[in-house]
Amino acid sequence: MRHLGPFARTALRSATTGGGHYHLWMGALTVLMLTGAYCYSLQLRHGLGVTGMSDHVSWGLYISNFTFLVGLAAAAMMLVLPAYILEQVDFGRAVLLAEGVAVAALVMCLAFVVVDIGNPLGGWHLMPGLGYLNWPRSLLAWDVLVLNGYLALNLAIPFYLLYNRFAGHPPAKSKYLPWMYISVMWAVSIHLVTAFLLAGLPARPFWNSALLGPRFLASAFTAGPAFMILLLWFVKRNTPYPISEGALSKLALITTVAAQINLVMLLSELFYEFYWPTHHGIHAVYLYFGLDGHHALVPFIWTAVSLNVLATAALMTHSVRRNYRWLMPTCAVLFFAIWVEKGLGLVIPGFIPSPLGEIVEYTPTLVELGVTIGIWAMGLFVLTVLVRVALPIELGEARSPYLEAPPAERAVRPRATRARHEDVRPFRTR
Amino acid sequence: MSENQAGDLPERGNDGDLLQKPVDRRHALGMLVAGAVAGAQALGACVPLNGETPEQREVRVLAWREYIKGNYRFMTEAERAETITRLEELARLKRHEDVTIQSTGAQPGVVFGYAFNISKCQGFRNCIEACINENNLDRRADTQYIRIFEMSEGEVNFDLGDATFQHEVPAEGHFYLGTQCFQCANPPCTSVCPVGATWQEPDGIVVIDYDWCIGCRYCMAACPYWARRFNWSAPDVPASEINPNQHYLGNRARKNGVVEKCTFCIHRTRQGQLPSCVEACPTGARVFGNLLDPDSEIRWVLENKQVFRLKEDLKTEPRFWYFTD
Repeated sequence: MRHLGPFARTALRSATTGGGHYHLWMGALTVLMLTGAYCYSLQLRHGLGVTGMSDHVSWGLYISNFTFLVGLAAAAMMLVLPAYILEQVDFGRAVLLAEGVAVAALVMCLAFVVVDIGNPLGGWHLMPGLGYLNWPRSLLAWDVLVLNGYLALNLAIPFYLLYNRFAGHPPAKSKYLPWMYISVMWAVSIHLVTAFLLAGLPARPFWNSALLGPRFLASAFTAGPAFMILLLWFVKRNTPYPISEGALSKLALITTVAAQINLVMLLSELFYEFYWPTHHGIHAVYLYFGLDGHHALVPFIWTAVSLNVLATAALMTHSVRRNYRWLMPTCAVLFFAIWVEKGLGLVIPGFIPSPLGEIVEYTPTLVELGVTIGIWAMGLFVLTVLVRVALPIELGEARSPYLEAPPAERAVRPRATRARHEDVRPFRTR
Repeated sequence: MSENQAGDLPERGNDGDLLQKPVDRRHALGMLVAGAVAGAQALGACVPLNGETPEQREVRVLAWREYIKGNYRFMTEAERAETITRLEELARLKRHEDVTIQSTGAQPGVVFGYAFNISKCQGFRNCIEACINENNLDRRADTQYIRIFEMSEGEVNFDLGDATFQHEVPAEGHFYLGTQCFQCANPPCTSVCPVGATWQEPDGIVVIDYDWCIGCRYCMAACPYWARRFNWSAPDVPASEINPNQHYLGNRARKNGVVEKCTFCIHRTRQGQLPSCVEACPTGARVFGNLLDPDSEIRWVLENKQVFRLKEDLKTEPRFWYFTD
């Protein structure tokens, strides 16, 4: 581990040096994070009463974002699986970035949980041994375990790969491949557990459905790869890091299929709730049409569903999917639509009307929005740093100073890839 | 230490036997931290860096010891007595309240049950007022455990019920139905708690350790009867209106960011009294008693009236029945 010091120094240098745009971007994120921190300090001082939540709608924007982001974290698996298990080398380069996305998404997830709890100082009560974790009874205890486990996996595997590249020895497959397999199954588990957390509550008929778990997976495998396409495209355009056309087009195909499955499930749900309306469907009535003059969510859900259908139709059209100029906005729209549908449209209507039939609506406050935006900024900050650190190492540009000469394999590879991708532009941000 | 000279077996919580007694991790942490605090105190005594009064220091030390204490459910009797002493002391020092906190356990052979007579309730809501006063409910947030729904004659339909009515009662053509925590025999709220801060006592009362609750509100999502309330800010009860007769698992002071609920007035019912809502009801619509006592009124109601419970299909088995005359 003698390369650890230089590794940390190189990482710090990579993360803190860059062009004007880079510093502007990181500066803007820092301002948003500080605003979020200030809003959170208000919440700590005055209590969760500064949010729009109430005894009736006791989870809001925080848990909505949490459920959505668990999906984004899980979606990294859609690249890991083909790349390492099916040995689709096209994805090899993209996988590290997907793991970066998973780490950033998990950091956001954990932050959203922390800001949502009323007594964060009591957090140690969750620690097995020190406190008491109600496992296996409580699904939330399961969630704590699987999310932290997944975070550990997604930190450890890329670190192992990057460190070895940096230190100049090839990573041993026997050391990381088993963990990759575990990570793939783990990805499914984090999203299923989060779905079961909600689906296991007969008190809330809107969530208490067998379809919730599969639907979570379908929407995650739509939004996740859509985000990955945007990120890979950005990296491809702005760095010499080789992202093959094949990787992007395969991801676009994955997104298309997942979006179709997601829509089929949405249709099944709507059919179930509205063909023969029962009391079970009253939350769906509130969500899609409003109830007793209350319809705060109606415009949001119709926007989300329309954009979802539109984007899926666009992806299904070959000419659109194959043209980056159309693919990128389509992916952005799809990502946004699923965020609205799964964020606002899943958690909040579960509480309206209340189990005793009372209708109290929910509107997030400015403080709540500030904290939420701050956490998103933190996630993007983490993601930027991770990408920034990983790329030079992967490209063989950042190497341990203890190595006298670059090994032959490393010296050849960047040149070879450059030869294949002549359209690659130079490092713009440097 | 001197109490132990008669050859008593050393018991947990006695400082004199620190080296002999088995210590688990949390206690070890507590001792380490207490040692550190004592050390810091000793330092503080030599160097009065801050203008802290002895009283403020006492509050700080007590608050710290409260912070590192465990889950009430797993405390020994000695630990329970210690935390109660600390809480009473803190109430005196911080809020100038002279309160008595019980830790009375469930009485053997007792399981509490409740019945509500829909024919009798007139919607006066004296029960709500009594509950607020008895249980030290947050006055600023207007927290209420009990809800009285006004429903149209004919069917129990919560979609059409109104719990916010503001007019003279009883209103023509309406009946009234009260809800509160039903202390389900199969409570969905307790199993979801990630830290085991809420559980069912042997007498059927579902309780919360307010100091162990982390405020995630999963239990609120899990309750099919909307019985749980959250402290969205620090609760406010004027000192003159505090009910000093308190129970650790019941009406003692709650704090910002934790969940609370009806406990069938655990501080009263475990002493053989009726819950305050039952006592306050002017119509006699509320019946409370021991389900295991064949001569109790609650048993008479269950055996002689047509009773029903809410959402029986969820298999929560509420210990709260409705009936009509």
